[in-house]
Amino acid sequence: MDLDMNVNAPHSMGTTIIGVTYNGGVVLGADSRTSTGMYVANRASDKITQLTDNVYVCRSGSAADSQIVSDYVRYFLHQHTIQLGQPATVKVAANLIRLLSYNNKNMLQTGLIVGGWDKYEGGKIYGIPLGGTLVEQPFAIGGSGSSYLYGFFDQAWKEGMTKEEAEQLVVKAVSLAIARDGASGGVVRTVIINSDGVTRNFYPGDKLQLWHDELEPQNSLLDILNAPSPEPMNI
Amino acid sequence: MASKQPENSLLSPESDSQRTLYPYVTGTSVVALKYKDGILMAADMGGSYGSTLRYKSVERMKPIGKHSLLGASGEISDFQEILRYLDELILYDNMWDDGNSLGPKEVHNYLTRVMYNRRNKFNPLWNSLVLGGVKNGQKYLGTVSMIGVNFEDNHVATGFGNHLARPILRQEWHENLSFEDGVRLLEKCMRVLLYRDRSAVNKLQIAKITEDGVTISQPYSLKTYWEFSAFENPAQGAIGSW
Repeated sequence: MDLDMNVNAPHSMGTTIIGVTYNGGVVLGADSRTSTGMYVANRASDKITQLTDNVYVCRSGSAADSQIVSDYVRYFLHQHTIQLGQPATVKVAANLIRLLSYNNKNMLQTGLIVGGWDKYEGGKIYGIPLGGTLVEQPFAIGGSGSSYLYGFFDQAWKEGMTKEEAEQLVVKAVSLAIARDGASGGVVRTVIINSDGVTRNFYPGDKLQLWHDELEPQNSLLDILNAPSPEPMNI
Repeated sequence: MASKQPENSLLSPESDSQRTLYPYVTGTSVVALKYKDGILMAADMGGSYGSTLRYKSVERMKPIGKHSLLGASGEISDFQEILRYLDELILYDNMWDDGNSLGPKEVHNYLTRVMYNRRNKFNPLWNSLVLGGVKNGQKYLGTVSMIGVNFEDNHVATGFGNHLARPILRQEWHENLSFEDGVRLLEKCMRVLLYRDRSAVNKLQIAKITEDGVTISQPYSLKTYWEFSAFENPAQGAIGSW
């Protein structure tokens, strides 16, 4: 590990996470790779974590830090929901995350994207990067894989997409990031949250489209060698 | 990460003194000037993450109470925290319900104390602040830095603005600028910053505060000029393109 890298430069951390609002709710997406150094410790992790029935958070950075923050906020939100007598709003969840991230900024290394649906504001996405800034956005990207997606989203993002369009955009984006970011990989998980509830989807690597310089996966070389030779053309 | 594991410390992590070592999400210059009816302030809407221009809709100017306007550069999370401190300050001020309200001079003084005391504890709020306002016809424009340096002037700026905008303002500012002239002067400064500041973003807001209150403009972009003949062929006659 390079210990003498410039510690003053903000840096992103292993993962690709995305949150997108659409006409009626939000779609959250993430890859599934957890790495310790060069080794992939978990190739099928779930980085989209539930905080309440209607609010989820995408975690990036230190797995331990993001998990402990999620656990605390879930605990606070549970009590808040009981006291309030109704579901917590996305804004409250995001602000609780912000409080922990900001007040412990010297110790934590986690970037989070909070997304959900409530009856007051509908679908909302909040980005909480390193340092504990809270930014409400129509869409948010985070993690080391997000570096490869700024240009993509600048071009592909549109206001007022449908649920299907939004999910396709998220899956495409995570897939593109996985193609180029060594710290991202595995499967693409998405969570769609709207007034009807929550839907979890799972896209294994072989269900995604191929990008530049990627080949169709085969069972074995033998299948290629034994493949029937192509028919001669007829003019 | 240096801040997480000090090698020479025998203390447990909980008793490590907290200190901000470096900013993460930052805003660049704020420029402000006094004009006939009050203060004009300009700031772009960028939130940079190192060298990446990550956020492009960050509001870096906010009204404070009835008489003040605060603009900030530096770490955005610390600015958000300062806004919370000021919310509480204004709330307590209103709760007196005595007809008095904190003016810009008082808010500036409060901010100076906060910034300086944090600096003394080696845990600064990583911001440079511009505080402008009008109360009872008196215009006020001041600035505070992250180490507590504070002063007032007819025109102030933070960061790159000090180097690029202040010289323009020293030449062209005068007493009793009209609103139009003030806006044009600020836009001149912001355009130079857009050309020459790497962390500038072409989406800005201009805010005005007068005796009647605060108005923050909608976000807008400035036109830029690239069609100089010298730009088309800068290395005419030279070997190599430099």
